[in-house]
Amino acid sequence: MLRERIQASNYSFLDKLKSIDYLLILLILAIGSISVFAIYSTEGGKFSFYTKNHIIRLSVFFSLFLVLSFVRVSTWYKNAYLFYLIGLILLLVVLFFGISASGATRWINLYFLNLQPSELMKIAVIICFARYYHRIQSSDIQSIKFLIQPIILLIVPCYLVIQQPDLGTSILIAGSGIAIIWLAGLNIKYFVYSGLLLLVSLPFAISILKPYQKSRILTFFNPDRDPLGAGYQIIQSKIAIGSGGFFGKGYLKGTQSYLEFLPEKHTDFIFTLFSEEFGFLGSIILLFLYILLIYRIINVGLVSRSFFAKLYCFGFATAIFLYVFVNIAMVLGMLPIVGAPLPIMSYGGSSLLSIMLGLSIVMSCKIYNQEQISVY
Amino acid sequence: MLNRGRNIEKGRVITRRMFILAAAKILLFAGISSRLYNLQISDREKYEILSDKNRIREWKTPPQRGIIVDNFNKVLASNDRVFQLHLILDEINDFDVTIFKIKNIIGLDQFEIKKLYKKKERLKPWDTLVVSDNLTWEQFSKINLYLHELEGAKPVLSTSRFYPYANDLVHIVGYVGDASPKDLEKPEIKENFVPGLKVGKYGIENSQEKMLIGNYGIKRYEVNASGKRISQIDYIKERQGNKVNLTIDIEIQKYAQELLKGKSGSICAMDIYTGEVVAMASSPTYDPNKFTHGINQKDWQEIRNNPLKPLINKSIAGLYSPGSTFKPLVALAALEYGILDPNKTIRCKGHKHPYELYGVKYHCWKKEGHGYMKLRNAIKQSCDIYFYEMARLLGVDKLSIIAKRYGLGTNVLGDLYDDEKNGLVPDTKWKRRTLEQSWYLGETVINGIGQGYIQTTPLQLCLMTAQIANGGYKIKPHIIKDESINYKDVINKIKLDQSNFPLHERNYLDDINVEYYQRMYHKKSNINFVLDAMFGSTNEQYGTSYKSRYDDPKYQFAGKTGTSQVRRITDLDRELDLDTEQIDYKKRDHALYVAFAPYKDPRYAISVIIEHGGSGSKAAAPLASKLIKRIIDRHKLREQFNNGNTSLA
Repeated sequence: MLRERIQASNYSFLDKLKSIDYLLILLILAIGSISVFAIYSTEGGKFSFYTKNHIIRLSVFFSLFLVLSFVRVSTWYKNAYLFYLIGLILLLVVLFFGISASGATRWINLYFLNLQPSELMKIAVIICFARYYHRIQSSDIQSIKFLIQPIILLIVPCYLVIQQPDLGTSILIAGSGIAIIWLAGLNIKYFVYSGLLLLVSLPFAISILKPYQKSRILTFFNPDRDPLGAGYQIIQSKIAIGSGGFFGKGYLKGTQSYLEFLPEKHTDFIFTLFSEEFGFLGSIILLFLYILLIYRIINVGLVSRSFFAKLYCFGFATAIFLYVFVNIAMVLGMLPIVGAPLPIMSYGGSSLLSIMLGLSIVMSCKIYNQEQISVY
Repeated sequence: MLNRGRNIEKGRVITRRMFILAAAKILLFAGISSRLYNLQISDREKYEILSDKNRIREWKTPPQRGIIVDNFNKVLASNDRVFQLHLILDEINDFDVTIFKIKNIIGLDQFEIKKLYKKKERLKPWDTLVVSDNLTWEQFSKINLYLHELEGAKPVLSTSRFYPYANDLVHIVGYVGDASPKDLEKPEIKENFVPGLKVGKYGIENSQEKMLIGNYGIKRYEVNASGKRISQIDYIKERQGNKVNLTIDIEIQKYAQELLKGKSGSICAMDIYTGEVVAMASSPTYDPNKFTHGINQKDWQEIRNNPLKPLINKSIAGLYSPGSTFKPLVALAALEYGILDPNKTIRCKGHKHPYELYGVKYHCWKKEGHGYMKLRNAIKQSCDIYFYEMARLLGVDKLSIIAKRYGLGTNVLGDLYDDEKNGLVPDTKWKRRTLEQSWYLGETVINGIGQGYIQTTPLQLCLMTAQIANGGYKIKPHIIKDESINYKDVINKIKLDQSNFPLHERNYLDDINVEYYQRMYHKKSNINFVLDAMFGSTNEQYGTSYKSRYDDPKYQFAGKTGTSQVRRITDLDRELDLDTEQIDYKKRDHALYVAFAPYKDPRYAISVIIEHGGSGSKAAAPLASKLIKRIIDRHKLREQFNNGNTSLA
């Protein structure tokens, strides 16, 4: 304990600055600026509400990211369960006092921001699991006793989020949680068995889905089933992307979006707009930026000494991958439409906040990568 | 140390698993990339088309219909300015309220409102509903006054078909109306149709649709997802339909219709060299303008229930026994085949001693008989007995060849009119084929005076007369100007042929097919004989149309009367010998008259038929006489105009 403290206090501010992953910051800034341009385009090239808000949020949360990067990774470790608990309480608040929009109750009104606790829960689950597995002996990981707890920790928020209802976020929370359990080293047979169980219980699961969720899934398999209703979004999205071609229609010239054929163009379908205007080339570049981002996060995990940091970084990298993959696969018609924003790109405060928060923990792992975290 | 070893073990596991996950991530990103490649590069064209389909919407603009003009370029069918009320459906919040307001302003009845609702159901939400396509000026200004209260209402100045000569031309020009599903199957309509466009329903309007309809214009707009127009991308202007130039002289046509007023019948007039139909009147008639905006029930019933059948174009769709107007052709046939010496004398002994064949009696129309007749006199005085005998000698098959060659038995104007009849020229083969009976000689006998099976249209009789009057040359009758033929040359050629070649090199009497502007006679003297006999019929005492003659050689014409029985004349009828006025209208004879004029250097042929008019000489010939004068008066004008001096019009 003493040694740790000595080590930690040994970091001078210059050392800290030196160990910052500047490429990571550059990547965040690059994707952030692309997102500003994309949202500017959703408003038909007018500098108004969404663009302004997005820029403000981006600057505020980016600053927050920079500041929080200097928080010791051990502090995050210590407060991991608290973080999870706060997330859970907020989800319960949503359940009783949440504000609704278009049939879903997902938000808490914080006056300057409508907070979506389920977005925070995405990070909370990762950090909570990272702490949980950090202290467990590798021999104990396989035991049922130590498996039950994370499963409960995962099922409760997922259930609360599904109740909102928000299938997409719930799937993403579950996905990141499962990824961490996998990374922690749980025997592969559990995954195989639960996968089979899921398959068996699928009919039951479908029966408890809300009608609009069911129709989305049916529409995924056949978008032409209801081209002006449930299939409309995916058909229009594919048209927009496909008509972009190799070089795209040009910035601010995406007809599908500015003539309002694209729904939700500044949130879930931001990639569609981007892809329509910048084409295959732009899409691949954006995809590449995300891959670099994920790579940098994994890299931080690789150079970190503590298991907590490793687990967190790998888990968060997987989560980012999941968000990006689910969102893009969704707008490309490869997955059913479930509400899932594209990290940093999509307009939405809570999503941006949670991503920036998650990234600041990554950065803190980087700055304090030599820090040992004792199990207590 | 144990703790440390475990941590190392944990670290190994997590790194290994991280790499497995990373591999999976790369795989999935590769999947996304290939999907992007598929959408944006392989299927790009498909999605580009879909995207354009999304954003570009076309509105077709209706073309103006081509106009129809007469020989002198006088407009017979034009496009007139009309006031219309359109409703832009996507600008209306409450359709019921809007319709209610409109109803109060322009006064729609329950029936019309029901129709509007039905129409609306067929339209797309961004379409335009035509509430009325023909508002009065009063209604139009009222709508404009209340326009601020009517959402989506759009008063429109448009054009619609107008027929300035209304009743005088309907049987030639026809009329337009809304396109029926059957109309829309026609390629020329299908290709050029725009909702609300009127299409031809009858006559020239119908058969010349391809010329008249024009091409619609296209306005392409970029629209947003809710169908709102954002900007106009493209405007391909509509093209008005082509002008159709008729050979009709509206002045003569009008006069012919006037002559027929109150009667049921037809008058046709034709240029005997060019084949141009100068007038083709049918009576009674009706107003085509009533059909343009949909005829109302009352007017329609009035037209339909008229016992004189205005809807039938009697000039081409009315079938009549030619009666005695057939006699010149019978005489010509007998002469051409050399059956009979024109000096052969036959005695007509009146009703007491009728012509008898196998015990059946055939009477002459003249009760007291004509006495001793030679052929010329028999034509002039229209002696039936002479023709009974001549027909018997000639035989029906030879007669039918000549009749067909001179224009009977086939329709005259081709496929210009759907309802034009072929008529019927019977022969033994025809009877065996269709009635499965053999021919009786008695049928030949009555055929000789144009009764029996034979059926002709007035235009056919006109053509027959024309082709005899021009010296026996086949012409091509038409009602639409044919610019491809130089008629000056045609006339010169025929006239040269008339004077130079009296005898045909080959005997083609048995062949009914002759090329246009070629002679059809065998011996010129035969034609001349018939023409001379017709001159006698009109211009000599005892001639049947002597009373209608002109002495002035400028107007002098030659013709042949006819009275066609609509039923068998019984002995009782002969005994009663009633005047026309005393007989039931339906049982009265049809009055016919064919003529050509001027006698010296003839140019026009004319046929007149008055249904149930009584005798040809009393009812038909005087009308022909009046019209001939008018036609000849206008001949010089027509000639000058047609030779390129258009300034006279």
